[in-house]
Amino acid sequence: MRSLIRRRPATPKVDPAPSRWSWRMQRLMLTPGFRFALRVGLPFTLSLLAGTIYLSDEARRGTVMQALQDVRSSVAERPEFMVKLMAIDGASNRLASEIRTTVPLEFPLSSFDLELTELREQITQINGVKQANVRVRPGGVLQIDVTPRVPVAVWRNAEGLALVDNTGAHVTEVAQRQDHPNLPLIAGDKAIEHVPEALKLFAAANVLGERLRGLVRVGQRRWDVVLDRDQRIMLPEENAVQALERVIALEGAQEVLTRDVARVDMRLASRPTLRMNEEATREWWHIRQLSGQ
Amino acid sequence: MMDLYDSQRSMRHMRKLAIQRGVVAILDVGSSKIACLVLRFDGIGLDGDGGDIGSLAGQSGFRVIGAATTRSRGVRFGEICAMGETERAIRTALQAAQKMAGIRVDHVIACFSGGEPRSYGLDAQVELEGQSVSEQDVARVLAGCDVPEYGEGREVLHAQPVNFALDHRSGLADPRGQLGNSLSVDMHMLTVDADTVQHLAHCIKRCDLELAGIASSSYASGISALVEDEQELGAACIDMGGGTTGVSIFIKKHMIYADTVRMGGDHVTSDISMGLQVPTANAERIKTFYGGVHATGMDDRDMIEIGGETGDYEHDRRTASRAELIGIMRPRVEEILEEVRVRLDAAGFDHLPSQQIVLTGAGSQIPGLDGLASKILGQQVRLGRPLRVHGLPQAATGPGFASAVGLALFAAHPQDEWWDFDIPADRYPSRSLKRAVKWFRDNW
Repeated sequence: MRSLIRRRPATPKVDPAPSRWSWRMQRLMLTPGFRFALRVGLPFTLSLLAGTIYLSDEARRGTVMQALQDVRSSVAERPEFMVKLMAIDGASNRLASEIRTTVPLEFPLSSFDLELTELREQITQINGVKQANVRVRPGGVLQIDVTPRVPVAVWRNAEGLALVDNTGAHVTEVAQRQDHPNLPLIAGDKAIEHVPEALKLFAAANVLGERLRGLVRVGQRRWDVVLDRDQRIMLPEENAVQALERVIALEGAQEVLTRDVARVDMRLASRPTLRMNEEATREWWHIRQLSGQ
Repeated sequence: MMDLYDSQRSMRHMRKLAIQRGVVAILDVGSSKIACLVLRFDGIGLDGDGGDIGSLAGQSGFRVIGAATTRSRGVRFGEICAMGETERAIRTALQAAQKMAGIRVDHVIACFSGGEPRSYGLDAQVELEGQSVSEQDVARVLAGCDVPEYGEGREVLHAQPVNFALDHRSGLADPRGQLGNSLSVDMHMLTVDADTVQHLAHCIKRCDLELAGIASSSYASGISALVEDEQELGAACIDMGGGTTGVSIFIKKHMIYADTVRMGGDHVTSDISMGLQVPTANAERIKTFYGGVHATGMDDRDMIEIGGETGDYEHDRRTASRAELIGIMRPRVEEILEEVRVRLDAAGFDHLPSQQIVLTGAGSQIPGLDGLASKILGQQVRLGRPLRVHGLPQAATGPGFASAVGLALFAAHPQDEWWDFDIPADRYPSRSLKRAVKWFRDNW
């Protein structure tokens, strides 16, 4: 039954059915893999592409880096992060000045630019420093607490004289033996690796007093005690202290060292040997001839 | 024979794939509406004990996650008569269902009511090779059925073994492993017009979907509208659709007969349209709002604005009494039910032990239909609604969705069909090789 009055509907009737392509599109959009690619893969690829294109220009890269630097420095150079001076505690003046020359820092400086662990390693590598603590104290002070090495002996080597501590580490070079008369002298190849043993020997040889010159490491294995008048006590590799004490006991009883003896050889404990001076030997032969033996 | 095996087997294979993927669409192509359900299988109850209905009436395995209906276009008498229109309608329904489900669907199980289904009863008997019934014996007896001449251009839609008998013991559901001498089988075969199936398959293919199964909608609505004991004891399901009225008879949980009457609700509507001189859309509205089949004295005074869009005031303000409307509707409904009666009589329904009749389909919502139907069909008539399934929206629980819901149940628990059994070994070309392999396996 056709209407007499033609009424145009407000919205023309549309086919509710999707077209083939919109149907395919919709099915594609419902595919889980495709959705994932669209949600994750596409933004990732696009941003990667955009970033690559933007950063492929040298000038832009420079601008970006400059901007980053500016931001960093604007934070790092705030007054509360600035370090204004360096304080060194526990070091002598000489050591302190040595530390200052080793760590050439120009203050004021941002604490962001300070590599404290590196600083500490640099300071610890200075000969006279046993241990160092480095920190930035509130108030903008770079605080360096130093434990210096305590010299226990003077080591004479090919280059000259040096002070060593009880681990055998260098403390400092010295010009003259007389500057440290109270420290014992050691010498010889690799002597500083056996400083504790040397110290024990010195303690034992203390009674020799002024006569003691020093210790010499012989053949990297044993010690010689050097006295004045070119006398030497040759000690064994093992039980060196006992051997030295035996010699000292002999000195006390028979004044062995006071006599004209060049060497006291204690290397074989069962057979201590004496070597006399040339003059003394000749004198001894002379006496024997006179006595007619 | 072999191509039937092949196409149905490939569809069965597709259905397995779909169920493994977990999502399958159910499409009920009717004459007045196209309903689509999207099912998600969550794997529970699928690997059950084949064919036996488990807990929750076998519907624990799936869930409806999308449902949509659209007005059907291009379908008459349950057959596609305008492919492009139907294709678009199918797309509309599927798109809405997919959108609701939020997931892409690739496999479709479809049902349709047209194609003039015809039922055939087949039987065969073989002597057993061994003492007990093996798979091979079942395959042999199924293959031994002599297929009647069902005509050129028709295709087998369902072929289900209904009953096995071993010697003189009948009513076996699963004879495998039982002892006996001769095995016989009764089979129900349903053929439809091959072109109808081809058209539907083509429409679905045009939508980029795979057809994973096909069923007759009278069968599907029988599955969902009949309760379990009705299926067991014998009942007929009458699915009153728009263009056709489907009839299916069930006994012992098997369909033994299906047919359609090519008349339905659309004919009632067109009767009203002609009788009251109103457009079809108005007639449909009047039918659904005021329709009935029993006139009372009250109905003479109940005047209905039948309306019109002509612009002629007198014409557009006509009224009709409800009694008039009922007077138009009742003869047509009676005609439909009488036609159904004829089909049931032809099928020998009155010989069944129980003669329960269940009316379903959207047409069964006419008020007073059960009274009219009990006069024509018999005393035991009830109105049926589809089974409740998980996730089915309220809008899709009406009797009009019986075949869609039944198809969902069918997808979850398919009945054993002819092509599900092995092809008997003596039909294989490579049978000697197979025998050799079997011998090797048996002896080593």
